Formats: sequence, structure tokens, C-alpha cells
Amino acid sequence: MHYPSAPRTTHRLHRFHGGLHLPDNKAQSTGRPVRRALLPELLILPLQQHIGAIAKPLVSAGDPVLKGQMIAAPQGLISAPVHAASSGVVIGIEDRPVPHPSGLPAPCILIRTDGEDRWCELPEPIGDVNALNPDTLRARIRDAGIVGMGGAAFPTSVKVNPGREQPINTLVINGAECEPYITCDDMLMREKADRVVAGVAILRQLVEADECLIGIEDNKPDAIAAMTQAVRDIGLDQTTVVTIPTLYPSGGEKQLIKMLTNLEVPSGGIPAQIGIVCHNVGTAAAVADAVLEGKPLISRYLTLTGLGVAEPCNLEVLVGTPIKDLIGQAGGYTYAASRLILGGPMMGFALQDDQAPVTKGSNCLLVAGTEEAPDPGPAAPCIRCGECAKVCPANLLPQQMYWYARAKDLEKVQEYNLFDCIECGCCSHVCPSRIPLVQYYRYAKQESWALDQEKQKSEHARRRHEARQERLARLEAEKKARLKKKKAALKKRPAAAGTSADPKKAAIEAALKRAAEKKARLAEQGVMPENTRQLTEAQQRQIDAADARREATRPSQPPADAATAETERQDG
Amino acid sequence: MHFPSVTSPHTERPNSVTWTMLWVIIALVPGSIAMIWYFGWGILVNMLLASLVAVAGEAAVLKLRSRPVMPAVGDLSAVVTALLFALAVPPLLPWWLTVLGVGFAIIVVKHMYGGIGYNPFNPAMAGYVLLLISYPVEMTAWLPPRMLNEQILGLGQTLSVIFTGTLPAGLDWDAITMATPLDTMRTQLDLNIMISEIRLSPLWGDFGGIGWEWVGNWFLLGGLLLLYKRVISWHIPVSMLVALLLIAMLFHALDQETHPFGLFHIFSGGTLLGAFFIATDPVSACTTRKGQLIYGASIAVLIFVIRTWGGYPDAVAFAVLLMNMAAPTIDYYTQPRAFGHGIGKNE
Repeated sequence: MHYPSAPRTTHRLHRFHGGLHLPDNKAQSTGRPVRRALLPELLILPLQQHIGAIAKPLVSAGDPVLKGQMIAAPQGLISAPVHAASSGVVIGIEDRPVPHPSGLPAPCILIRTDGEDRWCELPEPIGDVNALNPDTLRARIRDAGIVGMGGAAFPTSVKVNPGREQPINTLVINGAECEPYITCDDMLMREKADRVVAGVAILRQLVEADECLIGIEDNKPDAIAAMTQAVRDIGLDQTTVVTIPTLYPSGGEKQLIKMLTNLEVPSGGIPAQIGIVCHNVGTAAAVADAVLEGKPLISRYLTLTGLGVAEPCNLEVLVGTPIKDLIGQAGGYTYAASRLILGGPMMGFALQDDQAPVTKGSNCLLVAGTEEAPDPGPAAPCIRCGECAKVCPANLLPQQMYWYARAKDLEKVQEYNLFDCIECGCCSHVCPSRIPLVQYYRYAKQESWALDQEKQKSEHARRRHEARQERLARLEAEKKARLKKKKAALKKRPAAAGTSADPKKAAIEAALKRAAEKKARLAEQGVMPENTRQLTEAQQRQIDAADARREATRPSQPPADAATAETERQDG
Repeated sequence: MHFPSVTSPHTERPNSVTWTMLWVIIALVPGSIAMIWYFGWGILVNMLLASLVAVAGEAAVLKLRSRPVMPAVGDLSAVVTALLFALAVPPLLPWWLTVLGVGFAIIVVKHMYGGIGYNPFNPAMAGYVLLLISYPVEMTAWLPPRMLNEQILGLGQTLSVIFTGTLPAGLDWDAITMATPLDTMRTQLDLNIMISEIRLSPLWGDFGGIGWEWVGNWFLLGGLLLLYKRVISWHIPVSMLVALLLIAMLFHALDQETHPFGLFHIFSGGTLLGAFFIATDPVSACTTRKGQLIYGASIAVLIFVIRTWGGYPDAVAFAVLLMNMAAPTIDYYTQPRAFGHGIGKNE
């Protein structure tokens, strides 16, 4: 596919291993400008729309809320608040279906909108970004609930705080949008390039990067032109809009960085380690909104596309809008609709129904038709053709990983660098045996994490057990030492006194002697043991009766036993 | 509205095992036609008989293993095995040897290890080697190519020879069979005849034996088709052919009279068929790129060693089977550098 109109830049590009040229299917949804979606009656706002700790609700059922009001606060450093996307009343906080591969419900704040869409009082816009303390800016970004809008939804405030010991050279802005069908970033760059570039300027100031590279695939010539113009208009220095080839997954963070800078993010590491921070164009625009207008992240661009909807389009939707409310605004389902996918066809996951809401990280609703996403059929055995290895952007050996994942040999599959897999789906796409390879890797990762946890737990238990053993041994030793000391002391004393060799015996003898002396003394005085002296007649009779019974039962014991044995046998 | 819960990617898949195998079969067509042209109907009869036995055997084993029959038979891999076997054995091989060889390949070598994808050895070559060791006489009874053959058998006569073992009246085996060029070269070198003398015989063409040398070309053509369609990668065939050529040229340069020139090795015997169709069997070959280069080159070394100093005139089957055994180890030691690993070298 060639797009001759895309302006070429002189920036030198580098290759990453593998990748796929996929039919991009983007034209369907870019025909019309982005419309604002209708205000839904009900907003469903999940408390967890980000990576990290779940947000804590600040409202309860019955509370009136205004648009932009914070309704759930972040907990801990890696977390993000949630804001009311429109004005209305909180009708409850309960578990609702959310867009997650598990299909499990999660806690959400439900708001019945009042149709007035009334804003709350927003924080003051920050006019002169340079004059402000960076920490104030970061706090603003955190309070605005901004998370990575490319899909990962990692809290942005954390990412713009790389720390002193890791100087950042390059800010990479991801406008690649390499997944087929998705066009929300494309439309954002076409329509709000100024806003995006303003956000880029703020992000760059925060991470103190010397240069900034904005990577956009060459199938988006309009976006490239708009962004180039915006960079020129705003006058950002050392900032280049780089046209990159359309090669999936060029929009993967690591792949984009490699393409633009020839640097590789170390395995298991983050880009900051090599002096790079990467942000999505949507995130940049949200940062600009938050800083320059004080607006929190309550809406985003969303692509609705596929053969399953009548009018593919892009909508600006409020976060929390139920998916079913949006389908109608894209012309409704067609008869072809056979899968509902959140995200793109390569990495998106299938939703079982359209009840879940749009979240901050949702970029595309693909209602695929049977022709677009036919059933691949049952998986056949791997023939080790190596197609997967050829297309793997992480240069792994998917065929070997599959072999070990299938055998549940987690150690081996990790040896083959399981955790470098970015789950882009290239391997599954090209597999002639139609094996859902990525699914196996997700499974192996989950199992490995579970095993790690198990290991940590058992390690903890082992340490506790060892500590206990040690304590017991110590106590035992102490006790022995004490006894030994005592014995030694006792041994010493008799030796000093010069009496019997056995101190215990000597003690007993002494006690007996004392008791006998006391008895003799008492007898002399005419005192009897007190407990048998003043018995009533009845007590005396009881004692006599008991003595008689004891005498009587003694010989009759064996027959009673035999009888019992007999009963037991019958019972058995 | 409810939707199915399916795993990504949600795309139309470009590849399938059936298509891969079908392309291999298509790529075998030019070489097969050449073989039939030079060596007669027997080749075609063997191809059909072997395919029939392979499919029937595979279906029967799948049934015994309680596995779905159609998807596995439908992938055409058994047919590929059968065709490769049939193209390797002499044209007038008795029918029961074909049944034995293909049956062994499919039932023992392929399915006893778990069927497609699990066999450590190339089934066609294992079947071929079984027969070569057990029935050396029948397995070396090759016909001369068309231009040297005065007794070309018709289809009926061929069927009769294959299925009943009776030759047309007035003919005997010695009259209609002939040693292969590799065999001839070997026997005569053993008799201390110089290569310049051996090549004086009218049996020799430009690169190898008359007729034989051209069969290889047609397999090469099919191989190029497979490369073009990306059914196979270049690593194994190129490393194998280049290595064989280089070794042969080296020895030829050392002694021209006892070591045939490089191209003789390429265009004789099963070299080209082996390089593009047999060594590239993905299941039993190496799977890493670097590993494939080592694998192909090692096969070439073994071919040269066995042809030159070993007990058999051709060696593709033995070389491939030996390297099949080494493939997992080679794969283990030739893993590529994964993204983000060992990046000290990175600027």
C-alpha cells in the first residue's frame, strides 16, 4: 500500500524484526467528522479504568453530582481518580459488567443523568506552563484522572515523573495507530492537532526531554500534514513529525522506539531506562485539556466500525456511556454482526454483550462481520513451519514457546522469553494450523505469576517454619541450660551441707520428718485430723454405704464385662 | 445482543496447512512430469499407488486412535509423503514394497509418534531407507532414461511388472535395468578408473548422467516456486546446495580424477528433490533461521561423505534422517536474540 501524498521526513528509520502488512480497513470510519455522542440516560463509571489500585468512591447513592466532579479518589501512587462525565444523581455503587476479557462484573458508580450537563467549578486554567512548578502540573494531571489512552491505561502522572537519576533525552509521541480499523487517533490528529501538540509541549516540559519525535504511520497523510503544521504553528523546537511505514505492530511502544531511535527497551525494563518516555497522542490531548482548561478526562474519541454496524464512524463519547447506547448512533447492528470486539482485530478482546460501558482506555468498538473475522476452525497440530517466528516483533520462537506452554513446562517457556511477548497476535494470525498461540502465552504468563506467588507464599511459610524451629530449639536449649545450672547449683549445695548424695531424696526425707514431728506435736496437744471429726449421721451413713458398694462390686466385675461385650456384638 | 466469546486475533487467516501442502504438491508437478517422461509410466503408477496407501493408512490409524479422520487426512500431508516416496524409488518397484514402505512411513514413522507435527523423522525418507536396507536389489533396479532405453514399457506392461512381477516375453531384468549415474560413478571409481575415462562413456551429459541431470532442473523449478510462494524459506535449500557445491569443488580441485566436479553432485541423485522438498519438511527440520543454515550445510556434508566414502551411492535419505536427530539440539543452541536482550552492543 502506498500513500504518495504523505510528506516524507528525513529522520532515519530503523527496522524491528518481523511485523505484518495487514489490510488497514481504516477508510470506512474516517469519512465523516467526529460527532459528539448523545448524552446517555445512565452513566456506568467503573472504579478501575487504569492499571494500579482501584479508586475509592467519594459519593454515595442519592448524591447529586456535577459534570467534571471527582466521584472517586485515587488510592496510592499508581492509581487514578474517576470523574462524573455529566451532571445527575448517583443511583448506586454496584458490580456491573465492565469491558474486561474475563467478562466478570466490577464495582461501578451509576449516575442517572439530568440532561442539563452542568459543569462543576473547574480548577483555574494554567496559562503559562513554564512558570509553574512541575509538581503542580503533575498534581493537575493526576487530579484530572489522565491515563494512557493508547490502551494500556497506565496513570500518566506516574509516567511524567521519571525521577532525577534517569534523565530523559527523547519524548516519543505515539500516533502510529497500527491496528487495522482503529481511526480515533487519526481523527484526533486531523481535527485537534493544535490540542495534541500543546499537550506534547507540556509533557516534554515535564520530562525535560531534549527532543521529541512524533511517529505516525504513512497511511494517515492528513494527520501527518495537520500535525506537522501544528508543530510549526506552535513553534516547538527539536520536534519532528516522523512518517513511519505501515507495519503492524509499529505502534507497540518498544517497536516504535526501536523504529525511531534504534534503541531497544531492555527486557523486563521500561523506556525511561534508555532515556525515553512514550505517550499516546490521545493522552497528550487530554493533558492539554487538563492543564490549559482545567477539564478532567471525561470523554474520548472512539471508533465504531466493522461490517456489523451500518454507519462506521468516530464519536466523541463520555466515559461511562454504555456500549449499547452507541451502536444506534453508528446506524445500529447489521445482519452481518457476529462479534463485538473492544479494541482492534489483532489485540482486541471479544465482549459477550453490549451492556458494558466505554472506559478511558477504550479506543475502538469493532462489530465484525463473519467475512471479516471468520471462524478459523479447530486448531491443528503445530508443523513447526516457523511462520510465527518470522513475523514475531520480539524475535521470539513462538513455536517453541507453544510447545512448552502446552506441556505446562513453565520454566522452559520462560527460558524462551515468554515475558518478552507483547501479545500482538502476529503469530496467531499467520499460523497455518490456526493455533490460538497468544492465548497459550497468556495462559503461561498467568500460570507463571500464580506459581511465583505460590513460591513466594511457600518461601514465606518455609521461613516462618524455620524461624519457629529455631525458636523452639533456642527455648529448649535455654531450658536445658537452666536445668543444668540448677542441677549444678543443687549438686553444689548438698556437697556444701555434707548430707545424702541425692538432693531429692534428702528433701523428701526432710519433709516427712517435718510432717511426723508436726503430727506428734498435735497428738500431744490432743488434736485430731479435722475432716473426719465432725461428721453428721447422714454423712457417716453415706460413707458406710459407699464402702459396702465398693466391697460388693469387686467380685461381680467379669460377668458385667461379658454382658457388655455381648451387647456390642449384637449392635455390630 | 449476545456475542460469542472468542480469542484474538479477529482476522481472516492467510495460511492453512492444507494450502501449504497443496503448494508442495503443485511444485512437485514439473519434476514428476519429467520423471515420468524419462523413466516411464512406473513413476506415475507408484505415485498413485503410494498416495492411495498413504491416505488409506492414515485414515485407518486415525480411526484406531479415535481421532477425527477428515481434518487430518484433508491436510494432504500424507499425500506429500507418498509422492516424495514414489519419486525416490525405482519405477518398477513391486507393488508390495510400495505398500510396505509407505505403510511404514505413515503408520510407524508418522502416527506412532503422534501424527503430523510430532514425527521426529521425515516419514518418506524413513520408509525409503527401510526398503533400501531390506530390499537392496529391488531398490536399485533403476530403468535407464528414455534416450538410452531400447525397451520402453507401455502402461499395461508396466502395470503387469509392478503388480505381477512378470516381465514382457523376451525381456529379463538385466536387460531393462541400469545403474544410476551415481552408482556407475562409484563402481568405476572403485575399479580405479579415472573420471576423465568414466566421462568418455555416452551415458554422460553436461552435469551428470544423461536424462538424470535434467530431472533435477525441474525439481529446482518447483523449489523456486515454493520459495516464491514463501511456502519454504531459502535457508535450508541454499545452505545445503551451496555447502555441497563448495565441498565437492574443493575435493575436485584437490584431485580431479577421483572426485567428480561440483555440479555432478548437485544434478545427480536426489540432491535437488532433497534440498527443496525433503530437507525442508518443517516438522523434522530445524526451526530457527541460524539452525536451518547449519542443518542444511550438515546434510550436504553428510551427503558428500556418504557418497564419497560410505556404502551407498546416494545419501540424501540417510543424511536427512541423521540430521533429523540433531535438529532439536541445533534449535536449542541457535535461538535468536530476543528483543531487548543482550543490548550492551546497542549504541
